[in-house]
Amino acid sequence: MTGTAEKPIFLAAGDAALVVQFGETIDSAINQRVNDLARALRSLALVGVVDLVPTFRSLMIHYDPLRTDQAQLIAAVEGNLHVQTASSERRRSWIIPSCYEGECAPDLEAVARQAGLSPAEVIAAHSGVDFDVYMMGFMPGFPYMASMPPALRVPRLTEPRVRVPVRSVSIAAEITVVYAIETPGGLSLIGRTPVPFFDLRRDPPVLLESGDQVRFEAISLAEYTALEADYAAHTKTLEFTWIDA
Amino acid sequence: MDGLRVISAGFHPTIQDYGRPSVQHLGIPAAGAMDVPSLRLANRLVGNPENTAAIEIRLVGPTLEVLCDSVRVALAGSCTTMTLLGDDGGPLPAHQSVRLSRGQKLRVPPLSDSAGAYLAVEGGFDLPPVYGSPATFVRAGIGGFEGRALVDGDVLPVVTDAVDRRPEVMLATPSFLAAEGPIRIVLGPQDDFFTAASIDRFFSSEFVVGAAVDRMGMRLEGPAFEHSRGHDIISDGIALGAIQVPGNGQPIILLADHQTTGGYPKVGTVISSDVHRLGRLRPGQSVRFERISAADGERQARAAETDLQTIFRQITNAGPQLDLGRLQDSNLISGVVLAGA
Repeated sequence: MTGTAEKPIFLAAGDAALVVQFGETIDSAINQRVNDLARALRSLALVGVVDLVPTFRSLMIHYDPLRTDQAQLIAAVEGNLHVQTASSERRRSWIIPSCYEGECAPDLEAVARQAGLSPAEVIAAHSGVDFDVYMMGFMPGFPYMASMPPALRVPRLTEPRVRVPVRSVSIAAEITVVYAIETPGGLSLIGRTPVPFFDLRRDPPVLLESGDQVRFEAISLAEYTALEADYAAHTKTLEFTWIDA
Repeated sequence: MDGLRVISAGFHPTIQDYGRPSVQHLGIPAAGAMDVPSLRLANRLVGNPENTAAIEIRLVGPTLEVLCDSVRVALAGSCTTMTLLGDDGGPLPAHQSVRLSRGQKLRVPPLSDSAGAYLAVEGGFDLPPVYGSPATFVRAGIGGFEGRALVDGDVLPVVTDAVDRRPEVMLATPSFLAAEGPIRIVLGPQDDFFTAASIDRFFSSEFVVGAAVDRMGMRLEGPAFEHSRGHDIISDGIALGAIQVPGNGQPIILLADHQTTGGYPKVGTVISSDVHRLGRLRPGQSVRFERISAADGERQARAAETDLQTIFRQITNAGPQLDLGRLQDSNLISGVVLAGA
């Protein structure tokens, strides 16, 4: 794996956040180092650390400059670069139902044309691999998952949508994202899940976490409609299973 | 439980405390007060813990009616004088606590000197926390009053629906409201995405706060940045006060409701002890920036906290004349001007 043995670089993000950057690419080995470091530091519960935000290739440490400082945090990071925590030995695996039909998939035909595949082949490719949640970000509950099968890598939309329907399953380049709330967005919408990825009436409201594994399972429009009603009524809960990391 | 009825909401008031900065790893923006020192002061004046949620006022204040037995309130962050409506009304200065009784109506006019201010209520509002905080994040419907900005007709439940009579307290205009000089910036994390000349120009130019200011970000009008390595990065974390520069080169400072991650390069970050000053800037005001190291930024944070503690120790008794509830109850006054103190 490229660059995984290298030491990370430290970048200031003001006086209350520090970036620990492991590389400049979307790469599973780099992302694993980010998430391992996040778990190791989280288990230490360092004084003054407000939050640890893992992203594709770097970890942002939000801190309180009244209680700690950059120098102490850099020392803590350097002492925990190769720590394997108990929590990094297993992770959560989810099967996410997704409808790839009709209004749920407004960009499916266009993606198929761009990729030189049939719509059925796009669905088979997207629902035929295990994705890893590389990061949670942007807005509440949004998972950024990779890695996309090479045949399915399409660019972002040239004209972003003003309104992307909630729970849309989208793709662009290496990543697939579920729109956990309704926002503007520039990714191609190829499906929609009936499972809320952010639901304040559920505990916890956010479904996924960095490091989780996800496989999409194609469902029919009829199944989608029934499941959407069940999840909206909170009569159904999606369960995960533990797998070895 | 009854509390305060919103007769007229003003412009986009929300319930805010320190926010929820510890769940950004779930994609949840921190939200919270745009001007934390003023929130803390407002709470101090009514005897609350400093992190108690208050009404964050933006530009134009609300008019409120007391529906419960009595409340104690204070406005901080703006020197705008409030008005107690009605025959027994009169002006009520900012930075001073006041006890109000059932039926009394309080008006916070358009703010004269700041984009924001805080109206704290003794005991706070009885609103459920989400991920540990009642701060409102409107975009995802999280926290506050029904996950949204306050509108006419809302009734905000208060925790303490009858407050004791005691000497009211006040603070002369707090010095942190008058902070001048450039806003201080730590370069990075992606200052290497910009030409050195455009970074120099940023620190030597005056910028104007654009009309598009909200709780998420502030657009600056001035010389554009030149990108040297494109304007897309692999999405990474965003800190409060980060200066994001999209393809057009015009910087946007990300504020309390900022997204947790983003794919535009960030040339620098406003230091934590200057972020509150941005929360007070109004569209059209000019602003300058100065470079500082992260270590100096940390020192400034500690110095600012020491200063704030000194300011809080200057809170003094305001005298009995501001116990409007008693004055009204005893029918001693009618239209007496209660300003001054």
